Amino acid sequence: MSEFFTQSWPWWFSGLIISSIMFLLLFFGQSFGFSSNLRTICAAAGAGKTVGFFNFNWKSQIWNIVFLTGAIIGGFISGTVLKNDDPVEISEATKQDLAALGFSEPKGMQPEELFSLESAFGLKSFILLALGGLMVGFGSRYAGGCTSGHAISGLSDLQWPSLIAVIGFFAGGLLMTHLLFPIIF
Amino acid sequence: MKLVKFLIAGILFGIVMAKSEAISWFRIQEMFRFQAFHMYGIIGVAVVLGVIGVFLIKKFKLRDISGNPIVFYPKDKSITRYLVGGSIFGMGWALSGACPGPMVVNIGYGYLSMVIVFLFAVIGTYLYGVIRNILPH
Repeated sequence: MSEFFTQSWPWWFSGLIISSIMFLLLFFGQSFGFSSNLRTICAAAGAGKTVGFFNFNWKSQIWNIVFLTGAIIGGFISGTVLKNDDPVEISEATKQDLAALGFSEPKGMQPEELFSLESAFGLKSFILLALGGLMVGFGSRYAGGCTSGHAISGLSDLQWPSLIAVIGFFAGGLLMTHLLFPIIF
Repeated sequence: MKLVKFLIAGILFGIVMAKSEAISWFRIQEMFRFQAFHMYGIIGVAVVLGVIGVFLIKKFKLRDISGNPIVFYPKDKSITRYLVGGSIFGMGWALSGACPGPMVVNIGYGYLSMVIVFLFAVIGTYLYGVIRNILPH
């Protein structure tokens, strides 16, 4: 059995489980949307005293913070007992494109050039990681959701706003990848 | 405990995101370069099954475990906020290689540098809250 669990899982299985998680949360009386947690964390830290957007009953969102905690534990389990030591299996074409930008071959899930602790606390990588996080946090709340809330939950309910948001996600991602990466890296 | 079920759902989410490599910066790059089907397959299967399931929930008026009807709230009608906000999100997604869920899964996996990304995502959300009144929605 160990082989099945430690090797990387196929896309169809992943998609099946992710939609099952969405339905589980619906049957638990909630809905699947991860970035709401960022707003909840701001509110729990007291931001509601000065900024009205964070003045809401954040305690009603504790279930989602518990879900977030579970996600960290799930990550830990995957990085330890279920760990697969093979590097992420991306296509040759991607490896070549990234090599041209100065990224070495994958050794794990993430590029050493950005995410090794040594790199992450170098000035350039730190700024890039901070900027990436800032845009994800700002953009997800501006758009009213992230990949889980719009691309999975919203599209499953055939909501037009979610389709527009997903088009935005891709417009931004393509702009960053194809126009800005050659300038940044 | 009412909250334990959410913890278990979260653990399942963390494991499946990590084991299918959806938390990998490399996979997000591969997706935005249209060089593999992998990420499209994950999102595509989730959405197709999601559409069928949501249709069935509405058709049979299914209820949740507390006996309340499962309802879907239509999102506000707008183009600007979804397109502009979505594009900012997408730029961050491509740069950091992670949306909010995968950020925390990565932290658990052992990529502690993702703490930087996550902290700044919280700050980004705070900034939005501060200036949202002057933004077009």
